[in-house]
Amino acid sequence: MLSLYVPGDSVVHRVRAGLKLAVLAALGVGLFLGDSPVLMTGALLLTLVVGVAVAHLPWLALAVQVRPVWLWLALLFGFHLLATDLRTGTVAVLRLLALLVAAAVVTATTRVTAMVAVIEWLASPLRMVGVRPDRIGLVLAMTLRFIPLVADKAARIREAQAARGGSRVRLGMAVPLLIEVLRMATTVGEALDARGADDVPVRRGGRRARLAA
Amino acid sequence: MRWGRRAAGGADDAVATGAGIELRGVRHAFGERVVLDGVTLTLTEHRVGVIGGNGSGKSTLARLLNGLVVPTSGTVRVDGLDTRTQVRAVRRRVGFVFQDPDAQIVHPTVAEDLAFGPHNQGLDDAEVAHRVEEMLDRYGLAGHRDHPAHLLSGGQKQLLAIAGVLAMRPQRIVFDEPTTLLDLANTRRVARVIDELEQDVVVVTHHLDLLDGFDRVLVVEDGQVVADGAPAETVPWYVARMG
Ligand SMILES: Nc1ncnc2c1ncn2[C@@H]1O[C@H](COP(=O)(O)OP(=O)(O)OP(=O)(O)O)[C@@H](O)[C@H]1O
Ligand SMILES: [Mg+2]
Repeated sequence: MLSLYVPGDSVVHRVRAGLKLAVLAALGVGLFLGDSPVLMTGALLLTLVVGVAVAHLPWLALAVQVRPVWLWLALLFGFHLLATDLRTGTVAVLRLLALLVAAAVVTATTRVTAMVAVIEWLASPLRMVGVRPDRIGLVLAMTLRFIPLVADKAARIREAQAARGGSRVRLGMAVPLLIEVLRMATTVGEALDARGADDVPVRRGGRRARLAA
Repeated sequence: MRWGRRAAGGADDAVATGAGIELRGVRHAFGERVVLDGVTLTLTEHRVGVIGGNGSGKSTLARLLNGLVVPTSGTVRVDGLDTRTQVRAVRRRVGFVFQDPDAQIVHPTVAEDLAFGPHNQGLDDAEVAHRVEEMLDRYGLAGHRDHPAHLLSGGQKQLLAIAGVLAMRPQRIVFDEPTTLLDLANTRRVARVIDELEQDVVVVTHHLDLLDGFDRVLVVEDGQVVADGAPAETVPWYVARMG
């Protein structure tokens, strides 16, 4: 989920993120309401056409997303063969495949910030209970930014400990990692301040107005 | 009033930066520990360097200049704005570049991170996009627009961090050891970038070469400014003093 965006200028790329997510949700509902193999096959082919022919995504970008669940799909199919019948199994697998590919097309054509903006918008009713939706968005974006960084730091500490003949005790790693992360967090906080993350009044107006439009 | 030398290549009167930065009787303590004491300065030069040993108080001094740190006593004013009471306005004027770019890049991809500051300033989407493009071009990051910031080299990360600040078009920029984590080639590159800035800069550094051509260099020791003048005088004095 960290770098799935495939830059491009297709219609699919340019459609608003909110619309894409809405279509994805509608597709999900539709596919679970229906149960004909033709419908499922049609949906799968359609999403593939949209992804490959319209959005010009490489097959690989889609395959990467489907790969982790191949086994589950196979097991699901096997289960249905034993418990129900071939038709139900085929429908179940095609339905999930179509949804997976559709989700892959959306993630590959939508920037993280656009996705985050939709989440902020969805969270905007929470403002009534004092939650700041823009903060949720920022936190999501920062999570995506800092996961690989913290993973890198962890790897470096593991290496350093291995080089000194340390065992692979997890706790021993956690302490220096925690210290490093906390130290960095202080600077991150300052950087957010310095870059105006707290310039609330102006920013809120602009973004809310834009999304509501 | 003294006016600083402008960046090479002209634009001598393009940026009228006003009164400069003024520190009066500044003292700062973290708990019991006094980190700066009796600092009174007026900075109006185009390029000011700050040098001194580890723990002497340089970073604290730098952080005072855009209100990241508010002095325990005394005042800091930027173009007349008090960092204690008008911190937002001060921060819009004074950009800050930290030593570790990883800590100041907060969005997952290059273009998104560049958009962060301008967006916070409440600029409309078109203007934000324009500034992002400008920075991508200017710092050779156009090919990395949608790349995860995480995958950039150390030098590119520092350029991105600087570009992220410049995209906000501050009148002044404070750098706290911008080259400490960089190799020689990237140190030179960042030095050149700083050199070419139109904005007034304050640069804290242990890389004394960076200060070639600066207008003024301050030496900080134990929380006090112990030398202050042209780099040709203060830098050799500092080197001799360090042994
Ligand atoms: N947030 C803080 N809380 C407590 N003490 C601090 C804090 N920040 C700095 N100090 C202390 O204040 C003193 C001056 O720190 P400062 O970071 O300004 O020094 P410096 O000149 O930038 O050093 P260096 O060259 O190592 O970066 C140091 O003794 C440091 O330990
Ligand atoms: Mg420092």
